Amino acid sequence: MTPTVVLPVIIGGLYAAGVYLLLDRSLTRVLLGFLLLGNATNLLLLSAGGAAGLAPILGVSDPEEMNDPLPQALILTAIVITFGVAAFVLAMIHRSWRLVKQEVVGTDEEDRRVAARKGTDADELDPDDLAPGDRPAGHADSLPRGADDDPGELPADDVDLPAGVR
Amino acid sequence: MSSVLAPLPVLLPLLGAAGALLLAHHPRAQRALSLLVLAAVVGVSFTLLFMADAHGATAVAVGGWPVPLGIVLVVDRLSALMLVVASTVALGVLVFAVGQGSADRDEDTPLSIFHPTYLVLVAGVSNAFLAGDLFNLYVGFEILLMASYVLLTLGGTAPRIRGGITYVIVSLTSSLLFLAAIGLVYAATGTVNMADLAVRLADLPEGTQVLLQSMLLIAFGIKAAVFPLSAWLPDSYPTAPAPVTAVFAGLLTKVGVYAIIRTQTLLFPGGALDDLLMWAALATMVIGILGAVAQTDLRRLLSFTLVSHIGYMVFGIALGTTAGLAGAIFYVAHHIAIQTTLFLVAGLVERQGGTTSIDRLGGLARRSPLLAVLFFVPAMNLAGIPPLSGFIGKLGLLQAGVADGGALAYTLVAGGVVTSLLTLVAIARVWTRAFWRPPTQAPVDDTAAAAAAAAGPAGHAPDAAGPADGELSARQVAWRRHARVATAADPDIAPAAGAVRALRPLPRTMVAATAALVAVTVALTGVAGFLYGLADRAAGDAVERTPYVESVFDGPAAGDAR
Repeated sequence: MTPTVVLPVIIGGLYAAGVYLLLDRSLTRVLLGFLLLGNATNLLLLSAGGAAGLAPILGVSDPEEMNDPLPQALILTAIVITFGVAAFVLAMIHRSWRLVKQEVVGTDEEDRRVAARKGTDADELDPDDLAPGDRPAGHADSLPRGADDDPGELPADDVDLPAGVR
Repeated sequence: MSSVLAPLPVLLPLLGAAGALLLAHHPRAQRALSLLVLAAVVGVSFTLLFMADAHGATAVAVGGWPVPLGIVLVVDRLSALMLVVASTVALGVLVFAVGQGSADRDEDTPLSIFHPTYLVLVAGVSNAFLAGDLFNLYVGFEILLMASYVLLTLGGTAPRIRGGITYVIVSLTSSLLFLAAIGLVYAATGTVNMADLAVRLADLPEGTQVLLQSMLLIAFGIKAAVFPLSAWLPDSYPTAPAPVTAVFAGLLTKVGVYAIIRTQTLLFPGGALDDLLMWAALATMVIGILGAVAQTDLRRLLSFTLVSHIGYMVFGIALGTTAGLAGAIFYVAHHIAIQTTLFLVAGLVERQGGTTSIDRLGGLARRSPLLAVLFFVPAMNLAGIPPLSGFIGKLGLLQAGVADGGALAYTLVAGGVVTSLLTLVAIARVWTRAFWRPPTQAPVDDTAAAAAAAAGPAGHAPDAAGPADGELSARQVAWRRHARVATAADPDIAPAAGAVRALRPLPRTMVAATAALVAVTVALTGVAGFLYGLADRAAGDAVERTPYVESVFDGPAAGDAR
């Protein structure tokens, strides 16, 4: 029952690679980074159970040499959760690709607009006097008319109702 | 008795969610079921609160497993109080959402997923409040986060996907950090039961303790939106439908605050990181509210005030005294109600005025006096105008800060006063522009309509011709209905055609739900004496720690649970 150096090294490597990928703007890389981080965390939980032992089944193994079963139960739960969330993120990436033909983390336009504003008191500003770029954006009635609410420019995606639902 | 009741706030919504899924094609029955379930949860929560207040904390070993091994649900004054406020607010928001759904006549839209998801969200929140071990807390977080991912991206429009991706990635990172912290805690102590940990963590070397504590605090700080971990919130919340934003703003960040309270009092009572938390609280308050002052969009402005006022709660927790903690707990209860109400009012404003940009709104006070009152009362409450509950909470926190007497505490007191004042500034800007100025000074109705009319022939040719010629394909009709529902309380898109935006009547159910929540926030002021006493007792329990630990080890109602 000696501690192993292999697991910590793998955990560290996975964390490093996962964080590197997570910092990327491409969503696919972010997802891969998330998966690496999830695996690293699961290995961390595994090593939290101490050195490896026999399968924790009464009557099969000697209780003295059994592995700690609790971390394994925790890992199972964590794997299921990671898997479910990864599937959801994948769906979102797909959706983002369908909608805007991009799979990068989007820019918050309203945030940029507020940040780029001149240092005047906002109360003094009349939207009429502002350059169009300075006008409030980000909500439906400031979007270019016809871009969003025009069925003619509907991207070919899956927003149709399922036939049975209607 | 409580051994039967304690699991119900988790079980009922989960079973209700399953039932609501089965009733997906029967919208009326689905709505009735969700309302019934949440009403039952509110009733159970109140019962639990009164029992916890009368008899002290109780623990339930779910499934009858012996205590440090199995899952334990703990009901003490703090968790019961959180449950009561959370379930009440959730019920109010659900009524609002039902009203909005019927107003939009979306009885046959794909949004039948809303009710089951909403119930799962409530189950997750309840589970997080009741969890007696760290891993169950993690599971509670994951349940509510998973539901929140779906709710935030409801309808899947481009802005929601953009905001949702940020939210999901940030939440995932915090969850993984939390999970890693659980692994390290288990490696160091051999248990994840919080009562057990309260005893064992004290034996660890100081450095290990600080490492574990800071990992947990960072994970919870992201969820609670404590600066510098708060940037995700104003980015993602405003894109969601009004009821979703409202319930997120009320509940989700407060679950993080609740977890911070447990970490700081039960697990790591030494106060090793209190000074750091103080600075974080100061930065959260001041930077958050400065962000709010700069905004011109009502929902974003409210999101920034939400971040800012989290700072008050962290301030109370960081003080580490009973008085500070009592102030923080009272402020959590107050803020859940108030922030939810304000976001619901923002939803009504968007419905009434067609936008949430305060540069474009105007004259709402004249056009809809009721809406103005509904905004004014909670807004003043948020800013802390006496005698409302926001004032009482802030006063309690400031008194606790002065009682602490340190230089840093006084800095925080000053920061709290400045934040309160700046909140008033931000709120007053909304009031003067959106509500008070004459509608004629709000120029955009005309210009937008004119611009739209100019763009109309080109951009809207299919739109204008479609209905008249009856050429809309079924797909287009479906898409339109989808778009309308997906953008929820979105402004009527119709003004593009007409020159004057018609005044849309507000659906009664939505107004009634909002009014009821406003009444709750005012009632919080009425029962503030009782509530503050309760918060004080809860804080006393939390600082003392023994009631919680003893309830788990001495009185586990293990056998009764079955």
